[in-house]
Amino acid sequence: MSHDVSALPGRFDVAVIGAGVVGCALARRFALAGARVAVIEKAVDILDGASKGNSAILHTGFDAPVGSLEQSCVAAGYAEYLEIHGKLGLPLIKSGALVVAWSEEEEALLPTLMEQAHQNGVADVEALDETAMRSAEPGLGKGARVAFRVPREYLIDPWSAPYAYLLQAIENGAEILRGAEVTAGRRSDNGWVLETSRGTVDAGLVINAAGLWGDLLDEKLIGRRDFHIKPRKGQFVVYDKPAAKLASHILLPVPNKITKGVVVCRTAFGNLLVGPTAEDQDDREHAVLVTETLEALKKRGEEILPALKDQQVTAIYAGLRPATEFKDYRITAHDRTYITVGGIRSTGLSAALGIAQHVLKLAELNLAAPADPVWPTVPNISEFSPRDWQTEGHGGIVCHCELATKREIQKALDGPLPTKSLAGLKRRTRVTMGRCQGFFCSAEIARLTEGHFDRPMAEKAQ
Amino acid sequence: MTTLPQETDVLVIGAGPAGLGAATVLAKSARVLVVEREPTAGGIPRHCGHYPFGLREFHRLMKGPDYARALVGQAVEAGVQITTRVNVVRLEPGPRVTVTSDAGVTTIDAKIVLIATGVRESSRAQRLIGGEKPGGIIPTGALQSMVYLEGRRPFRRPVILGTELVSFSAIMTCRHARIKPVAMIEQNAQPTARWPAALYPQVKGVPLQLSTTIRAIEGRERVERVVVDGPAGTRVIETDGVIVTGMFRPEATLLDGSHLEKDRATGGPVIDAFGRCSDPAYFAAGNLLRPVETAGWSWAEGVAVARSITAALAGSLPQDPQHSVTLKGDALSWVVPQRFGRVGETAHRRFQLRVNRPVKGRLSVRAAGVEYSSIRIDSRPERRITVPLPPHAAPVEIVLEET
Repeated sequence: MSHDVSALPGRFDVAVIGAGVVGCALARRFALAGARVAVIEKAVDILDGASKGNSAILHTGFDAPVGSLEQSCVAAGYAEYLEIHGKLGLPLIKSGALVVAWSEEEEALLPTLMEQAHQNGVADVEALDETAMRSAEPGLGKGARVAFRVPREYLIDPWSAPYAYLLQAIENGAEILRGAEVTAGRRSDNGWVLETSRGTVDAGLVINAAGLWGDLLDEKLIGRRDFHIKPRKGQFVVYDKPAAKLASHILLPVPNKITKGVVVCRTAFGNLLVGPTAEDQDDREHAVLVTETLEALKKRGEEILPALKDQQVTAIYAGLRPATEFKDYRITAHDRTYITVGGIRSTGLSAALGIAQHVLKLAELNLAAPADPVWPTVPNISEFSPRDWQTEGHGGIVCHCELATKREIQKALDGPLPTKSLAGLKRRTRVTMGRCQGFFCSAEIARLTEGHFDRPMAEKAQ
Repeated sequence: MTTLPQETDVLVIGAGPAGLGAATVLAKSARVLVVEREPTAGGIPRHCGHYPFGLREFHRLMKGPDYARALVGQAVEAGVQITTRVNVVRLEPGPRVTVTSDAGVTTIDAKIVLIATGVRESSRAQRLIGGEKPGGIIPTGALQSMVYLEGRRPFRRPVILGTELVSFSAIMTCRHARIKPVAMIEQNAQPTARWPAALYPQVKGVPLQLSTTIRAIEGRERVERVVVDGPAGTRVIETDGVIVTGMFRPEATLLDGSHLEKDRATGGPVIDAFGRCSDPAYFAAGNLLRPVETAGWSWAEGVAVARSITAALAGSLPQDPQHSVTLKGDALSWVVPQRFGRVGETAHRRFQLRVNRPVKGRLSVRAAGVEYSSIRIDSRPERRITVPLPPHAAPVEIVLEET
């Protein structure tokens, strides 16, 4: 494929490399500021890297390091999500969280953590003695001692949110190039010419939001890297919907130095998840599930909520967080034409909108914001708001476990950002994500998606 | 688009062998509506494009799709109304059932509801199998519907996990689509199903690997290989798919949000010998009751439970107190029916049981502490075991003494 042919015609004010949650939020913020934005993604669908597997929580940042960039981005991202979610059709499940101490040592740490929350502007944390804790969460296991409540930790839909951000960017003029890996870049008189596997992109400002590949992309484009990505794997076990009644709060552990630890919480889709693990690895591409680890997660889940013993597992997954040797995010404007947004590890979903605000300031562009920006809404796939199957004309249910309709599937396959892979379709519609994992609906989905995917689910037999 | 009635005498949920078998009988004396969520009625046999079906019901050897069509034809001829692409989303006392279809959300009131929603296989996730999540990991049900209903081939040389009857059905499905399985993997030291001698030529050529488990499935976009642990240690099998077969679970999600009592052991509803659920206006039949029986068995259960339902509609079904049925012996995994209150014209004439590991021993039925009957068993998981109901109503214990 020729590298000299323009993949997206014209000149862009900004090229965002990477369509994870951070890239999608950046595209939205710059498009709303009036920039002409190109988003370049190497996978065939968006959210294919770190953003495909997280714990789907909107954090307040109560436990972030005081004074850190992470804390300010999480706080700003949290505030903006609350402001915009309704307009974009995104769910917000006001579950609240409990930080639960399971040992004397952990109990001793709670006052410090609550003080940290206050310093981070989360002033409504509230200590619960054992009685109050058990009345808030009657299902907690015997080992739970005391807790404190963080009332404004919420659950969101981790895939519809970034999709909505990118959709709004597109509706306000941004363009997306998928299946295009940035192979090289050269500086031009007033910015960059990026070479991708699908042709060139000409942009004034390049923003590296390449997540797990961020350090390597810096090396490729600016010849150096200021950090090293050390992928941290997190494995999760997801329980079937009846398990969701076992806990109403997000149950957070007392964090240790490396990780927030194993969380138990409901999901926006009405399931209950247990995870993540925190396992450092070199591999940036493969997030491998390990039976013994999943069994250990189940066991830990059953200590936290003993009634989980009688619940069925629906799904297992593993994600990679783009951790670095540094604790804080690595967001740097190297010059007026190149900004790196790196090391956005486990809090990316909560912080993305805040990161985008921060990066827009760093960019110091002279832009004229559109007076009347477009506000698209995305289809709701959360269990906590009305679903498509409740409205007539849906064409019938295709995925019985998740009640995904034919109309929902067709919408995801058409429209301004059609999905190109089964993984993408799952994130947009929930198909095959339920308890039967495709037993009933795989064949029909193979037919409905014929001609839409880069790799068909199944070839025609003759 | 068919308009759904708002009320009927008997509402049957699920147009598989059990639901259609019952509906056909009931249509002689009542208005019967069957709601099916798939685009076509007939249930699982629709996509089992092989023998043997139909011996019990039609006295001839049929392939699954022909058998499914015959069941549907029989029901329609008897006056049953069948609607497809209708999903039940809620069961309530009344009985009242909420459904969604292209027409939106509506409710149907009935005098009696029969739940016959069948089974599904356990997924890779439920088995906590490690590795990555590439395309090409599917249950037998998905393979069969891809091959027989859609004329598609999801892979060329897959690995088959499991040795239940359905696993052999997977081999036959592969043969039909010219897919060549490269291995059949079984965690136990022996295959689970009795290998029907007639199938031997089909199975021949697929290496059977016993005492073997899948440690990891590898491949990012598509399955590329599986890593297995077996008697010869850890090794790698080059493959492009994994068929995850068997370990059936009742498709009982509707019970979870309902007022009906569920049995953790079977995963299905708690029923009495008449096939009644904990709400006597709800009945259940077929593989929803337990994993897993043949289509013919499920059909016969549907027919038998239809007789109970006919009696219930006439107000002549006894309302006796129900006694518990208790299992003694840790190798016993479940029993159906779970309640017992009356002898005589019951739908279930015997208790059905399964074991959770290979066992030999003596299995006895005790009513109110007195042994009534016993049999010797030499059984394995997934194999049918039945024992007679006691002659009088009493709390029942079924006891396994291993030898």
